[in-house]
Amino acid sequence: MTIFRRSEFIIAAILVVAMIFIGLINPAFWSMDNMFGLLRSNVIIGIMALGVLVVMISGGIDVSFTAFAVAAMYLTVKGMLYFGYEGVLVPFIAATLIGLVLGAFNAFFIHTFRMIPLIVTLGTGSVVRGLLLGLVGTSIINIDKMPPQLINFAKVNLVNATSATGTNYGLTAMILIYLGLALVTHLFLRYTMIGRSIFAYGGAPEAAKRVGFDTRKTLLFVYCFAGALAGFAGLLQGSMIWQANPRDFAGFELDVIAAVVLGGASIFGGRGSVAGTLLGVFMLVMVKNSLIIMKVDTTWQRVVVGLIIVGATALTAWRDRKKLV
Amino acid sequence: MSNSSIAKRILGQDRNILQLIAITVLVFALMSWLNPDKFLRYYNFESITYIMPELGILAIAMMIAMLTGGIDLSVVGIANLAGILAGVFFHSVIVGTDQSTGMILLYTGIGILMALGIGLLAGLLNGFLVSKLRITPILATLGTGQIFTGLAVVLTGGPAITGFPDGWNFIGNGKIFGLATPFVLFVIVAGAVAVLLTRTTFGVNLMLIGTNPRAAIFAGLRKDRMVLYSYMLTGVLAAIAGIILSGRTNAAKSDYGASYLLQAVLIAVLGGTNPAGGKGRVLGVSIALIALMLLSSGFQILRFSNHLIDFIWGGFLLIVIALNAFRNTDR
Amino acid sequence: MSENLLELKNISKRFGGLVALDNVSLVLKPGEIHCLAGENGCGKSTIIKTIAGVYTPSEGEILIDGKPVTGFTPAQSVQRGIQVIYQDFSLFGNLTVAENLALNTMLLEGKKSVSWKRIRELATKALARLGVTMELDADVESLPTSGKQIVAIARAMMGDARLIIMDEPTTALTRPEVDALFRIVRDIQAQGIAVLFVSHKMREMLEISERLTVLRNGKKVAEGPIGDFNEAAITRAMTGHDLTDQTYEWAPAKGDVQPRLDVKQLSIPGAFENIDLTLRAGEIVGLSGLIGSGRTEFALALFGMNPKYTGSVTIDGKAVHPKSVQDAINSGLAYVPEDRLTEGLFLTQSIERNMLATSFENFVSGIFIDRKKADAATKAMFAAMQIAAPSPQTPVNHLSGGNQQRVVLARWLLTGARVLILNGPTVGVDVGSKAQIHRKIRELATENGLAVLMISDDVPELVQNCNRVIVMHRGRFVDEIAADTLNEDALNDRLKALK
Repeated sequence: MTIFRRSEFIIAAILVVAMIFIGLINPAFWSMDNMFGLLRSNVIIGIMALGVLVVMISGGIDVSFTAFAVAAMYLTVKGMLYFGYEGVLVPFIAATLIGLVLGAFNAFFIHTFRMIPLIVTLGTGSVVRGLLLGLVGTSIINIDKMPPQLINFAKVNLVNATSATGTNYGLTAMILIYLGLALVTHLFLRYTMIGRSIFAYGGAPEAAKRVGFDTRKTLLFVYCFAGALAGFAGLLQGSMIWQANPRDFAGFELDVIAAVVLGGASIFGGRGSVAGTLLGVFMLVMVKNSLIIMKVDTTWQRVVVGLIIVGATALTAWRDRKKLV
Repeated sequence: MSNSSIAKRILGQDRNILQLIAITVLVFALMSWLNPDKFLRYYNFESITYIMPELGILAIAMMIAMLTGGIDLSVVGIANLAGILAGVFFHSVIVGTDQSTGMILLYTGIGILMALGIGLLAGLLNGFLVSKLRITPILATLGTGQIFTGLAVVLTGGPAITGFPDGWNFIGNGKIFGLATPFVLFVIVAGAVAVLLTRTTFGVNLMLIGTNPRAAIFAGLRKDRMVLYSYMLTGVLAAIAGIILSGRTNAAKSDYGASYLLQAVLIAVLGGTNPAGGKGRVLGVSIALIALMLLSSGFQILRFSNHLIDFIWGGFLLIVIALNAFRNTDR
Repeated sequence: MSENLLELKNISKRFGGLVALDNVSLVLKPGEIHCLAGENGCGKSTIIKTIAGVYTPSEGEILIDGKPVTGFTPAQSVQRGIQVIYQDFSLFGNLTVAENLALNTMLLEGKKSVSWKRIRELATKALARLGVTMELDADVESLPTSGKQIVAIARAMMGDARLIIMDEPTTALTRPEVDALFRIVRDIQAQGIAVLFVSHKMREMLEISERLTVLRNGKKVAEGPIGDFNEAAITRAMTGHDLTDQTYEWAPAKGDVQPRLDVKQLSIPGAFENIDLTLRAGEIVGLSGLIGSGRTEFALALFGMNPKYTGSVTIDGKAVHPKSVQDAINSGLAYVPEDRLTEGLFLTQSIERNMLATSFENFVSGIFIDRKKADAATKAMFAAMQIAAPSPQTPVNHLSGGNQQRVVLARWLLTGARVLILNGPTVGVDVGSKAQIHRKIRELATENGLAVLMISDDVPELVQNCNRVIVMHRGRFVDEIAADTLNEDALNDRLKALK
């Protein structure tokens, strides 16, 4: 546990230094407006990151979840329009279930055929995206067609304020959903047997089997969990940006994985924590969003994300250097 | 040496190759049956020989990274960056000025060297991160892939770069002895890599390192250096693919060929490469490439959308995983 | 209640056409320490897996407390109090000692949620039962092998175990650690738990067990109270023939001959200090000491894996300073690592590639490998090392442990090595192959004039094959036993004296 504590402490320290640095370049960083905006940007990537965290603790990796998220969002919104449904709860449950079922496919392939998760999820991601765009449709459902209940749901704010220039801004209530899910994930990882089985499986898969864990159940759970969170986050994204775009989230999986790695999770499995992931997500979002504040051209955004991934992984590799040959 | 023993040598004791040939024949027969008029036309096969090479070279590059148990998720980024860098160079020296043919050829040559050079540098960076800093290949190349693509965006500002010189376009669209130039290039590259992997210490070392990296160190193999070289080779191959791609389309853009990543992994795995390292053959990858090109061109003729073809590729990958698993439990 | 805890009656197990167990019977009484002995591949692990419920026997009966059981599964085996400690311990390095200890019990109880307080209670209880103390919050991967083993044993004892099966428990332990293990085993016995001790080390069997069963080729070939056996009898039972135990004689050449290897004042702070060592052609010098004594570090430094040492190394009169493994190889050094499977071999690759791995560069003409030359060299070595395999193209994972080790030795012979460092040359090799490997090593010393440094914990091995043995402790050479006083008791005494 000391290692966990230490790595989270380091991440938090780096985060604070980075915040001070950005604040020095442009004090506008510290404005309530900007802070609320940052927190809002944490929601979607953060919910997805919780799923990826669980996958990484089990020693796997998932690059298909963004495809699942898009499928869940687009299918649900289409369904709402088709049935003229006016609630919010059922659609979110539906989106979550779509993600969950798709996640089950990942688990099935990874467990039954013992294939490397990266390659399996490359395949399932491509299948789902291909089917969605090829059979369901490629057109964006815009704000004028989006179910208003979804939009209103995501409009709920915790705090409302008016800035000096007279514009209204607020802290979205969606952040509560994110933090709630994070808490549930943490409790679940730490206080349930299945949560511990994920750590055990990530640390030593064979031993987990011998000790008597049902590893099939563990894997099924892991990938279903990641899929379900992605499905939920997909629909939430739709309601937060007021449109359902079947091409959304392309390449977004890299950002999410980067955030989780940044949060100290080990790609070799067995190590990682919710607290670290929250910090990692915040760090990544902050750096990306602050490029404009720091007057860096936005075309540099991908380069910066890439540098962050390389830097963070180099750091963790350096931390774990003794374990490797 | 008798014919049968030559055949045996080429095929090796690899049942995988025979299985692949069977799949290829099956795909060919299926597509010919579904669509005899269009599929069996000469034009169809000719166009395959133009489209296939860039993907084939990327797949071979992927296989080389997989030999040491790694993977290179940045190949498409490298390919695009190589094409764009050359394109930016051509813009700065050629556009708007009247140049003699000789000068243009010279510039084309410099452009090729720049593209290959950036591929080598990109590979060097990947290799450095993997072998010296010991970052897991998945994460290292995921990150560098972003960097390369990001640099490509920075260079172009977003839109595609067009207006490559004729010499460049010849690489992607020309003909040598009645064969597509890209195809000729592919055969040369594939042959060279095959020889490199089977007949040189570098190739054998890669297989050994991929089989057991720890034992490789105790056996005195220069593991770090070999892994570094392998990523450099991967980078150069990706750059060659980038040259062919931009030559064929006469344009270069940061997000071209995004679906090539999955396809390159698929072809490498289908071709018998073990993603955990130690096993992989150019011949297997080449046959897998042909099988999948026939498959996707057949579906294209059947008017399947590109999205559905992506779906088919992904589905094929999953089926291959399942098949391989069953074949391994047989034994 | 029957007087037998477990009884296997006429068990046979076939895998396809292969007979792994042939009509084997075995009786375990409550609270006894029973040893199951045999060479690798004799059926020991098949028996373990049958008792653990992993394999269903093709024929025969399993009786527990005198009652036959049918459809025996791993879960049932655990329920009846049978616990297996596998060689790799099956622990979770990323979890704490406490959690490793408690997981089994909690799984057995079918718990869905986790109480960390209860985890600590369970763990404390488990360690108390063994009479050991340990940091409960330490990650298991930070423990030494002996610590991991204690965790594994403590865990096995938790679920009201009645029989604990230990698979080769002493392989990675040093002598004092083995003593500690034996004390624990006797404690376990005192609590009425039976122990089935699976081993191929004869001294340990004689020391710890009360009864002995010997398997050979899937058949039971001997059985009885330990008093009926001695080392020779066990060896005969295990291998089917007597082994010579002639010791190694070496006479220094006349005149002032240059030493093969001359090490002076070699030091790496924190690992070893001021090592002086002279090896002459034909010498086989043993190096023993506890794990952590610095012996492996010393060997690795010589082999160029840690170039930050001070002092001098001279090979055949030429000063060398290996900065890399390649340097070391070029200056005539060879190192056969401790763990053959993870450090020595490329398992799925052919014998040829394994043999040539280090010397491919010698078979290159231009930039290509000269296949004819490489083939010829491999074939010659394949014959010389008497490797039992269909052809040099056979993958090494199809070979037995002894043949695999010969492939590794062949690799180094091809490099023209003059100084051979062997680290645990026969760990995990069965008795029969062991003798063959020893013969080969002696041949290399006498006929090829190699100087051999043999690092080993196997006292009989050292006494039999070395002309002198050096004892290393806390990074220093503390003792040397010359040929005339070298015997097992003397060496055992010195090793036991180390603290």
